[in-house]
Amino acid sequence: MQTFTQLTSTVMPLPVNNIDTDQIIPARYLKVLDKASVAEGLFADWRYLSDGSPNPDFVLNQPLYQGAQVLLAGNNFGSGSSREHAPWALTGSGFRCVISTGFADIFNNNALKNGLLPLVVDESFFQQLLEKVQSNPKTEVTVNLENQTVLVEENNLSFEFEINPFAKKCLISGQDQLEYILSFEDKIIQFEQQTS
Amino acid sequence: MKPSSPKPLTLLDKIWNEHVVTQEADSPAILYIDLHLVHEVTSPQAFAGLRGRGLKVRRPDRTVATMDHSTPTINIDKPELLDAMARAQLQQLRDNCAENKVTLHELGSKNHGIVHVIAPEMGLVKPGMTIVCGDSHTATHGAFGCLAFGIGTSEVEHVLASQCLLQNKPKSYEVRVEGELQPGVGAKDIILALIAEIGTEGGTGFVFEYTGSTIQSLSMEERMTICNMSIEGGARAGLIAPDETTYAYLKERPNALQGQAWEDQVQQWETYHTDPGAKFDKTIFINASELQPMVTYGTNPGMGVFINSTVPDPAAEYQAEKRQSLQKSLTYMDLKAGTVMEGHPIQVVFLGSCTNARISDLRSAAQLLRGRKIADGVRMLVVPGSQQVKQQAEAEGLDQLFLAAGAEWREAGCSMCIAMNGDQLQPGQYAISTSNRNFEGRQGKGGRTFLASPLTAAASALTGKVTDPRKFL
Repeated sequence: MQTFTQLTSTVMPLPVNNIDTDQIIPARYLKVLDKASVAEGLFADWRYLSDGSPNPDFVLNQPLYQGAQVLLAGNNFGSGSSREHAPWALTGSGFRCVISTGFADIFNNNALKNGLLPLVVDESFFQQLLEKVQSNPKTEVTVNLENQTVLVEENNLSFEFEINPFAKKCLISGQDQLEYILSFEDKIIQFEQQTS
Repeated sequence: MKPSSPKPLTLLDKIWNEHVVTQEADSPAILYIDLHLVHEVTSPQAFAGLRGRGLKVRRPDRTVATMDHSTPTINIDKPELLDAMARAQLQQLRDNCAENKVTLHELGSKNHGIVHVIAPEMGLVKPGMTIVCGDSHTATHGAFGCLAFGIGTSEVEHVLASQCLLQNKPKSYEVRVEGELQPGVGAKDIILALIAEIGTEGGTGFVFEYTGSTIQSLSMEERMTICNMSIEGGARAGLIAPDETTYAYLKERPNALQGQAWEDQVQQWETYHTDPGAKFDKTIFINASELQPMVTYGTNPGMGVFINSTVPDPAAEYQAEKRQSLQKSLTYMDLKAGTVMEGHPIQVVFLGSCTNARISDLRSAAQLLRGRKIADGVRMLVVPGSQQVKQQAEAEGLDQLFLAAGAEWREAGCSMCIAMNGDQLQPGQYAISTSNRNFEGRQGKGGRTFLASPLTAAASALTGKVTDPRKFL
């Protein structure tokens, strides 16, 4: 897994609540056998017009926000299905972090397994950051996972975020979670013997 | 000194405790998984990962696969009609199962169907189990007192390789439902009412346990409808403690134990309940006698109202994001605030999905359609949840009844719930659907979904408008 320690980036604002996984990656893009080809479907129904051309009104197509590695999204991001194609589509499009006031459980788990940091902030910080990035798309944030801080330096705006200690450790070290589980194989065998 | 009585536990505590293999400090538990259900869409990358590591499926005997998401519901004997990507994905599943000796219920075979319909039918789901699948509606199986939840593809790989998952224990949330349901109001209305009340993020971090006299009065199929949509309320799982209704259902399953062995098993299952005095982290109470048929108006399952109510006004939302999100939904749905939902025209009716495509759902819709015709210009698609459901319905003549009413009778699969197989809405069409998600584009790009019960869907098919089924009872 790609590690995550510190990131400085501009921010793409998408202040819509309850962005579900069908918006992040519509089901018709799920017929693939790999992970890489999923990215072209990111936000497909918002991003493309009916003739397949880019929708100029959608933020992903706006030149001002190109290259942003941080997505600022409304509350309850990633609700709906368990499709891991959602974080694959985001990481495949260059995103490393999504900032929101809340994430759906399965999306949160899936993101963490793909080096994508789901970063929960409070409503006040969310609003202030949103205002900054909307008024000045060049606004950069610095996310420091070790210190659990997100900082907008030029505006002296910062937030200390919470993260599960194990998830943090895995992101920083790139720990492979399956290897971790399999390191307890003797216990798994013992468990199976006791319960069968 | 008198030994202290054991601490009262919730049903979640009991299943959780029994399945923790080990847990290190500051780390999630390694949780043992009793049953892993697999389908074509979320498994290819997991099997590829396994192959890349030189591993095989650790417990093929605890792994069961089927194909349901992108499979056709017509011409299932003509695979050449499928698009190339879907065909490749189905073939990949066949190859992966063969290579790993995993049982696969092929398209058209006697136990084929939607993964969450066939697993209980075959008697694979039993109280106290842990069950996972790369599908969020795995919550369905909680109806049997199982901890059952959806996982991503990385986790599918973890379970294939180790039969375990890394999990942090969720919190418990009691949903207590008391009172007698009015005629025409059912399980789907209960769950839509709950989600309308708490919102789609209300259960995030929790597992629901549905309790109370109303829940106890429901059949297994109705309980599955409720648990199925737990995820739409944000909870990864929903539980219902097993009781006589559960045991009666399980006794009818293939390979059910007999005699003393059965009695012993039931005795063990009876331990799967929340002890008196056990504390839930959160509780909500729903008065079932006050419920009416529910219908959604918006683009998430929490946006539901009583069928004779009006579409809410974004102007009444004081918070900017909520106001804008509601406005965005109404713009997509092309609905005006203040519109009464009942009477809104619909063009398509979908009776199907892992929420509502079991035999009782089909019977419920059929009782309204018997001897009647669906409205001109309405397309009604009836998609049984499994081959077994299909055969049972045909034995009862329901297929002929649906066809005579003007509906289409299809083969089993997810179909228009996820619209991956060509069964889909056209842009701008309105559908009343017994499925579980009304997200933008869920049933076809530009399509608009009203979620409702099978009864409400059938009543609406007859009139071509959102219709209160009580008018036909």
